[in-house]
Amino acid sequence: MNPVNYLYLAALLFTIGATGVLIRRNAIVVFMCVELMLNACNLAFVAFSRMHGNLDGQVIAFFTMVVAAAEVVVGLAIIVSLFRSRHSASVDDASLMKL
Amino acid sequence: MSATAAVHSLWTTAAADPISKIDAPKIEYGQLAPTLIVVGAAIIGILVEAFVPRKSRYYVQMFVAVVALAAAFASVVALAADGYATTKAGIAAMGAIAVDGPALFLQGTILLTALVGLFTFAERRLDPEAHGNRVDSFAAQAASVPGSDSEQRAVKAGFTTTEVFPLLLFAVAGMLVFPAANDLLTLFVALEVLSLPLYLLCALARRKRLMSQEAAVKYFLLGAFASAFLLFGIALLYGYAGSMSYATIAQVVEGTVPEVTPALAGTMGNDALLLVGAALLIMGLLFKVGAVPFHMWTPDVYQGAPTPVTGFMAAATKVAAFGALLRILYVVLPGLRWDWRPVMWAVAIVTMVVGAVVAITQTDIKRLLAYSAISHAGFILAGVIAATPSGVSSVLFYLAAYSFVTIGAFAVVTLVRDAGGEATHLSKWAGLGRRSPLVAAVFAVFLLAFAGIPLTSGFAGKFAVFKAAAEGGAAPLVVVGVIASAIAAFFYIRVIVLMFFSEPRPEGPTVAVPSPLTMTAIGVGVAVTVVLGVAPQYFLELAGDAGVFVR
Repeated sequence: MNPVNYLYLAALLFTIGATGVLIRRNAIVVFMCVELMLNACNLAFVAFSRMHGNLDGQVIAFFTMVVAAAEVVVGLAIIVSLFRSRHSASVDDASLMKL
Repeated sequence: MSATAAVHSLWTTAAADPISKIDAPKIEYGQLAPTLIVVGAAIIGILVEAFVPRKSRYYVQMFVAVVALAAAFASVVALAADGYATTKAGIAAMGAIAVDGPALFLQGTILLTALVGLFTFAERRLDPEAHGNRVDSFAAQAASVPGSDSEQRAVKAGFTTTEVFPLLLFAVAGMLVFPAANDLLTLFVALEVLSLPLYLLCALARRKRLMSQEAAVKYFLLGAFASAFLLFGIALLYGYAGSMSYATIAQVVEGTVPEVTPALAGTMGNDALLLVGAALLIMGLLFKVGAVPFHMWTPDVYQGAPTPVTGFMAAATKVAAFGALLRILYVVLPGLRWDWRPVMWAVAIVTMVVGAVVAITQTDIKRLLAYSAISHAGFILAGVIAATPSGVSSVLFYLAAYSFVTIGAFAVVTLVRDAGGEATHLSKWAGLGRRSPLVAAVFAVFLLAFAGIPLTSGFAGKFAVFKAAAEGGAAPLVVVGVIASAIAAFFYIRVIVLMFFSEPRPEGPTVAVPSPLTMTAIGVGVAVTVVLGVAPQYFLELAGDAGVFVR
């Protein structure tokens, strides 16, 4: 199968993730959409790696996974502490600092 | 088909060959010493959290952090004195890190800023003592719910979040690598290493904890969103050039790459990959810089985060992010200059004007400084656009001057307090000059430097940047910059007038007497502001010598 098709899929997943970040209200779901975007990047890296015939892209995919895991640790800690003090994870409720 | 076969042969030969054929990577530990020292100290800091008794952690952490930052700065100076900034500049760590003038200059600036920032982190005399324990600006126990019993127990037991010191060091380590990164993977990893500790630090305020947590969530979600864009940009650039190395990508962009494989020939012709990839990459960096239209997070995060963190973040992150942006634009994408310059023109103009105009309507001092930071990002972008060697050195000088003013200004904000903690509403600052002339005068110096009044570092920086921009063919940008500076001067002066020429309120805030730590931070800020304003020549020459990127 032509690897370009995987790039189209990566772009589609990235767009779905970005749209989700913009329209969803729950911080956890927003965060999951960010993870979807990162995974779309991974797919693009691996597809390009195959097109170019070098392994750089596949190595980067591993790095991205590690970074995403670290981001989950930090992100969930912050979102859970917000949820515990407000009993809501809605990003619209967090508006103490609106102008 | 040939590309597929090549990948398969990679796997099969790698498996058939003896392991000894893999060359061990060559790492220049001496040239990487600044970063390695800071990372090592951060890891020691974590071990201190695990093994040292709670009572003495604060002192041990302070000691480790101060020694590490000072040692790292000393090694930066030693490297520069050894000629790594000029004649011996080169690429270290198998092409991952560049050791050259801009990298060393910015690393030195970041380390000094972090050292001063560390002093404001460690300040323990501003808040009244809680149950006989001195407390700093950070939550007793970040995991406890605000206002709950467990929080009260933690305060009573005298807990403090000494984890802020290793977090600061990890953030500094990321910042040191960020402007020196010489391949896109290192850039991305450095970005995350600097961002993740900052997200956590934002959530740790002792007072106004709900606001602090809200700031952290906003910063985290938007920061992760922006880094996903940056990563997709990296993916597309990798697809375009078939390599992560800055030098190779630059060669492919310019069409001077020595060896063109069939796969590369296919992707090289695809300008969409290059243009979209570069745009997404630059977008991710502009987010970190806080340029309009990617500035939405700045005011909320600056306002909600604990003030010492805000000061550190505003100063050091900006230095690191502009360093990375400069390297991307000047090393990777000079061949694309005619495409990125018009876009950056627009971004710079919008950033300067929006930052200055919106700041006028602000009523909170931290938000006001946040919008001022946005308009300053615009001024620095004007120097970036120059695309000349003097553009680079003017940006370096501006960043050094600006970071000390910022950290000093936020340190002054921590001093003005009322019963609820820091009194950040502007109305409470009325008549501060009558009540505490020294603090008001110091703050006035910082505001004048922000405004770019002569004899302050702000003027020298702005002059250098605008001169470089005008010589680089961006004269209209300079005109807009001067107009934006005039607008910005209005609200800086307004705060000065408010402090000195209005009646103090009877229930107004008090000015806390800080320990020598914050005094040092503010003192260094004033000293740098005045020295760089009165006698900038030496430092301008230093920045001028450091203005050449290695490729």
